[in-house]
Amino acid sequence: MIIRFIIIFLFLFNLANWPAKADALVADLSKHVVSITTGFTGTELLLFGSTDQEGSIIVVVKGPRKEVITRRKDQIGGIWMNKDSITFEGVPSFYHIAMTDPELFDLPVTAQLRHEIGSANIKFEAAPGTQKNIITPFRQALIRNKQKAGLYSVEPSIVQRRGGQLFRTDVFFPVNVPIGTYIIETLLIHDGEVKSATTTPLFISKVGLGAKIYRFAHEQPALYGIVAILIACLAGLGANWLFRKS
Amino acid sequence: MNVYLPIAEISVNIFIILGMGTGVGMLSGIFGVGGGFLMTPLLIFIGIPSPVAVATEANQIVASSVSGVLAHWRRGNVDFKMGSILLIGGVIGSTGGVWLFAWLSTLGQIDLVIKLSYVVFLGIIGSLMMVESIKFMFNQRKGPSSKKRKLHQHNWLHGLPFKMRFRKSKLYISALLPLAIGAFVGVLSAIMGVGGGFVMVPAMIYLLGMPTNVVIGTSLFQIIFVTANATFLQSYLNQTVDIMLASLLLVGGVIGAQIGTRIGAKLKSEQLRVLLAAMVLMVCGKILFDLILTPDDVYSITSSGGHL
Repeated sequence: MIIRFIIIFLFLFNLANWPAKADALVADLSKHVVSITTGFTGTELLLFGSTDQEGSIIVVVKGPRKEVITRRKDQIGGIWMNKDSITFEGVPSFYHIAMTDPELFDLPVTAQLRHEIGSANIKFEAAPGTQKNIITPFRQALIRNKQKAGLYSVEPSIVQRRGGQLFRTDVFFPVNVPIGTYIIETLLIHDGEVKSATTTPLFISKVGLGAKIYRFAHEQPALYGIVAILIACLAGLGANWLFRKS
Repeated sequence: MNVYLPIAEISVNIFIILGMGTGVGMLSGIFGVGGGFLMTPLLIFIGIPSPVAVATEANQIVASSVSGVLAHWRRGNVDFKMGSILLIGGVIGSTGGVWLFAWLSTLGQIDLVIKLSYVVFLGIIGSLMMVESIKFMFNQRKGPSSKKRKLHQHNWLHGLPFKMRFRKSKLYISALLPLAIGAFVGVLSAIMGVGGGFVMVPAMIYLLGMPTNVVIGTSLFQIIFVTANATFLQSYLNQTVDIMLASLLLVGGVIGAQIGTRIGAKLKSEQLRVLLAAMVLMVCGKILFDLILTPDDVYSITSSGGHL
């Protein structure tokens, strides 16, 4: 319920902001809610918008931020086991980037960092107290592993321009996409400067039987355990009854 | 047809899961083994996170043991007194095991411990089964041996205190012994996602000296409670029991066990035992290689709230 309010709020907030820069940049998504159902195998959303100004368009999609532990295996006694680890805070659980011309893109590094453009510029920090000099390989490994899981873009995908003003891009969310509130930032860039920006929210949630099971397991773990045992006992009794009949 | 598993948080082909349930169910029907020691590694191989595989398999074993124990109960092959002592130990062991599991998870070593336990136990059980059945086939060719065995040997284990009489098993032994065996198997059950019958049954025969006719029924009886306890604690502490996955495995398992029992009655068990031993050793080898071979990426990531 609260989340729904947040979406409506963000949506209205966006609408309220539009008139001021209506001529600069508008963008929206084909859907603001993605439901992970029992048959979910991933989904593709269309982001579209228009601008009447010159420049290139960059779209950055960021999933809810979480704490992630990166571990490194070492060979100990012939066996590979986890040894060192670093905890990173505020890691976006999903990251996708698309732009009109990846080659022509000429934004200064500070702006790239500020808007988290490119997977090397994603903002997240090692937990306080971590040795500074060993962070880099762990950080790179985190990004690499996220890319392997299909959760981070490897290369920016293309934003297509249509007829000068319109633009569109497809964003694919894989089956393992984390649930939560996503922020989609659309930037208009010209002469190495961010001329205009707009954000659109996206909410990804589990629905249906799967969602009920997930919520049940996490909200009432004790009762869930008892139900799991009861189901198993009944199934066992049922199987036995079938056996005797046949 | 894909189905999204809500706790494992991956999408799997429903027929692969049903097929695995049926296959392992058939094997348990043929050999009278629980099948957890095959199912859990298989689940991990197809990409189910190992904590979910272990906890969910414990849940499935509750069902297969309930179904199995009833048949033995009707024939009077359950020693409830012995079973109760074993299960007290088992509940203590599996409780400790689940805590250990949660602790190892925070250290990032749970995968390693699960895999190493499998390598050790599958290795031992597989080799023993292989040697035993080859020996048996060899002996059969030479003709039946006329070796006679005593009911059980007396040793230092019989000098322990708290002696108890177990009428059904025709034993007068210290209660500490079944308690300790139960506790050990309980820990295994929690960490490996198995019923532990493959350790429990030999221990009951060789360590306790129980008559073989009550061994399976009694072990099944105690496995129900130990795996139920593991299921409860895994859901309560780690939220890793996937009811959806367990139900799919159950359906396959019930069908498989039906077919397996019928096949088992017709086939020669010695040759099948060699086959089972070979399979156990293969699974063991695969896990061992995964631990030894240099991984593609020595780095891995986990959300601190659970698996990726």
